[in-house]
Amino acid sequence: MFELLKTLADAYGATGRETKVANVIEGLVREHVDSVRRDNLGNLICVKNGTDPNGKRIMLSAHMDHIGFIVAAVEKEGFLRVAPVGGIGLNVSQTRHVRFENGVQGVLVRQPLKEGETAAMKHFYIDIGAKDAEEALSMVQLGDVAVYANDCFRLGQHRVAAPAMDDRVACALLVSLLKDLPPVRDTVVAVFSTQEEVGCRGAKTAAYGVEPDVGIALDVTANGDTPENKLPAVKLGEGICVKIMDQCSISNPELVQELLTAGEKAGVPTQREVLPFGGTDAGSMQLTRSGVRVCTLSIPCRNVHSACEVIDLRDVEAGKQLLMEYLRG
Amino acid sequence: MELSRLCEMQGISGREELVRMAIFRECAEVLGEENVKIDRVGNVIAHKACAKADAPRVMVAAHMDEVGLMVINAADDGLLQVRNIGGIDPRVLVSKRVKVGYDVPARDGKPAQEALSGVIGAMAIHLQSAADRKNVLPIENLYVDIGAKDKDEALAKAPEGTPVTFDTPSSPIGDGCLLCKAGDDRVGCYNLLRLLHAEVTCDTWFAFTCQEEVGSRGAYGAAFRIQPDVALILEGTTANDAGDPDETQKVCRLGKGVAVSFMDKASMAQPELFAEMMKLAEGSGIAHQVKMAVAGGNDSGPAQRAGCGAKVCVLSVPCRYIHSPSTVLCLEDVEAQYLLAKAYLTR
Repeated sequence: MFELLKTLADAYGATGRETKVANVIEGLVREHVDSVRRDNLGNLICVKNGTDPNGKRIMLSAHMDHIGFIVAAVEKEGFLRVAPVGGIGLNVSQTRHVRFENGVQGVLVRQPLKEGETAAMKHFYIDIGAKDAEEALSMVQLGDVAVYANDCFRLGQHRVAAPAMDDRVACALLVSLLKDLPPVRDTVVAVFSTQEEVGCRGAKTAAYGVEPDVGIALDVTANGDTPENKLPAVKLGEGICVKIMDQCSISNPELVQELLTAGEKAGVPTQREVLPFGGTDAGSMQLTRSGVRVCTLSIPCRNVHSACEVIDLRDVEAGKQLLMEYLRG
Repeated sequence: MELSRLCEMQGISGREELVRMAIFRECAEVLGEENVKIDRVGNVIAHKACAKADAPRVMVAAHMDEVGLMVINAADDGLLQVRNIGGIDPRVLVSKRVKVGYDVPARDGKPAQEALSGVIGAMAIHLQSAADRKNVLPIENLYVDIGAKDKDEALAKAPEGTPVTFDTPSSPIGDGCLLCKAGDDRVGCYNLLRLLHAEVTCDTWFAFTCQEEVGSRGAYGAAFRIQPDVALILEGTTANDAGDPDETQKVCRLGKGVAVSFMDKASMAQPELFAEMMKLAEGSGIAHQVKMAVAGGNDSGPAQRAGCGAKVCVLSVPCRYIHSPSTVLCLEDVEAQYLLAKAYLTR
């Protein structure tokens, strides 16, 4: 799982710029599914037909996109001014190594604040080593998006840190599931979605096209097991989380129970998650067409939306086994 | 229709009927009535097919509505209380002339109606304290004076719900600029009407949308009905080039061409479509600039995410003092927006 995760975490895929990571995923899953297509928003939609023509359509959604910094202007000295794409934490963005889709590297820097100023994105710039605006614009263009540079490494025996862990870890879970899933009764539609970080935009159109009976989002969640972090009350390494609720969706109670039961049958640890903030693709899926039963399976993650997002591989494995059991019915 | 005339037409969000009828008639004239439809929320949707088989389905959209005010009640002394429809900075309102109600031409046996003239009043400077002069009066403390002597007369002439628009005749100024109200987004409507005549090579759907200024409400229905592969949004956007802002804060500049957006609050431009628009503009010598800010929302959000979704890109005319009684825009930029949209539709 680590090698797969590293492959996916290292691929470039900023929000709205997911083509490269989609290509990598498509290469990995193509032979394990019956069809693959992309829609106008760039969602990668992989269908594994069920054995029963009257079976349900189950949509599993993991988002490919990664928060970033979009170039909005160039200073005459060659520094790039940026706007956030998705929920950027300013405190964790100071003096960071970033990279662009075309391989250009940069350092994200916060300029010194004047007295009374509160730090804002407008105080940040990216230094790409250009001597002036002309050179800078020969390296990147307005509208290009930088992300925290790839840096995926093991942490202790079971854990992994990487910038794009949210949500490549769930992409890895889903890829691994597609590889190992035997034929099952229901049709499984694995959606690798786009633009989640700016409001679950990709999942909205994907779900419309897929018309699922059940929608399960796979995402990371925050953790409650580090200093001063108490909510959600979930811990790394203690199992896959079955979401009861967050700000964008209330999981269908029967589906929550079915997933918890599947976890029990599979013999993997589960945690009940109530997140007082945030949202996942489940929010978009739920409101599609005449409504969809949804839930989210979350992988606890430390330092979400930073360059060092940390997960525990045992939780990923637990999520995969739970889903295998659920889909086998 | 002339741009200056389109800007003078009255049509706040939700009350676009005058603009809608004028646009409907022009669409029907050019494309035939059978190809034009007014949907349930009040969008005008016009279709122009092309001979090419498997041509992509393209929606080009502009919104008909403008920001304005609405009467919500009257005070005992006959002054009308109002609320803003769409985003308006209350600082631009005081002492401005307005039209209360619409100028409706005689039609189908009904006599013509004339809007009332009014002015947005506030306490006279003589009566203000030094502290008062530093405060911005919120909309709750502003009123529209139509000369009514009491509440009954005021509400008889302008009942609750009456639309109020800025009273701004369009004036050409300087070298090819236009001073007008409602430049956002009658420029888009103007260019959309011109595009009806283009020899399109796409399956082209023209959407004149309503209620954009209150959250792109009309565009939801329009985009869902059309289900386009590609949506081009023709807009008016903020130019922050007057005065002395930092170079990187200007957003876009008057006279520098159509502004192409890579991202705003509503959507991110589809990267290949954005690149194609830039290439088309460069290849055809159409003046263009990249909008240098992630700000503002528009119909691109609903257009992108209705049904199975569309690739979107927003093409804007820079407007100084947008959402105020007096916007200034440059006619060359209007032309550039038209040329770039046309280049895409006929490529």
